[in-house]
Amino acid sequence: MLQGLVLLFGFQFIGEFFARWLDLPIPGNVIGMAMLLLALAGGIVKEESITEAGDLLLKYMTLFFVPAGVGVMLYFDLIAREWLPIIVGTVVSTFVVMAVTGWVEQLLGGDGD
Amino acid sequence: MTELLSSPLLGIVLTLVTFRVAELLYRRSGVVLFNPVLVSSCVIIVVLKVGNISYADYSNGGNLLLFLLGPSVVALALPLWQRREQVLKRKLPILVGVCAGALVSIASAAGTAWLLGASPEVVSSLVPKSVTTPIAIGISAKIGGLVPLTAALVILTGCIGAICGPEFCRLIGIRKPTSIGLAIGTASHGIGTARVLEEDRLIGAVSGLAIGLNGLATAVFVPLLWLFFGWN
Repeated sequence: MLQGLVLLFGFQFIGEFFARWLDLPIPGNVIGMAMLLLALAGGIVKEESITEAGDLLLKYMTLFFVPAGVGVMLYFDLIAREWLPIIVGTVVSTFVVMAVTGWVEQLLGGDGD
Repeated sequence: MTELLSSPLLGIVLTLVTFRVAELLYRRSGVVLFNPVLVSSCVIIVVLKVGNISYADYSNGGNLLLFLLGPSVVALALPLWQRREQVLKRKLPILVGVCAGALVSIASAAGTAWLLGASPEVVSSLVPKSVTTPIAIGISAKIGGLVPLTAALVILTGCIGAICGPEFCRLIGIRKPTSIGLAIGTASHGIGTARVLEEDRLIGAVSGLAIGLNGLATAVFVPLLWLFFGWN
């Protein structure tokens, strides 16, 4: 467990380091994810060493979103002022994205699975 | 007493207790509208307002939990790696689907809000709404969005996908498990994935994969589009 946490935080740190150092537009944690994937593919990191810690974090990922949801209270004024574009934009876009993504994947599907 | 209010314990205990109860309510009732993230966020806001506790006091603890989203994103490499064979077999439809979804997400969120007269910082805040929070926050900050507003909109988007996603896909004729998973993961990231993961393992697997892929695609497309159109 500890080894897995060290690796996950370590890769995040390396990703954040590269993002800042090279002034990359991609967030550091995404770079960390890509580097971990490369390390797994290259055999540098063994899958077993991160499964316990990784599965734990992924299992409770939705919990970590809650403080971000509570943050909406800071913007009640702004949301009250611009509620129409905010709500309609979010709802419309969410359904459009689901439809387009699902249809494209299905049409290109072939026999696949 | 004031030290206890500003201690990280307040935010952590309040979030954990509320989330635990919300999760029980969700499981016992089986009502998808009682999404645990949505219910806990609303309940905590009410508790803070009623108890006259500031968001700053809450976030001393809340930010510690929020911080764990960072290594969680890194951990998304794990399901991707474990399902590499299934994924590689369908890499073309999956990649094309996610890229289409990412572009449509950016265009439809920004376009709809702009047409309805949103201010530039609100438009920017909406752009990464389909991407998982830690990535969305980074994108929003880079294009002049309001980071906490983006975070809240990401949650709202996730809840919409979790509450209506599977039903909506069925309604519009998206039937293949990989297509449903990709649609829900691309549109509504981890919160949508959490729901489908309970119902079908393959749908959940592809949905989890889509979180990382859409995060990557949007993180790459947004700066390129902004550079191309000279926005900032």
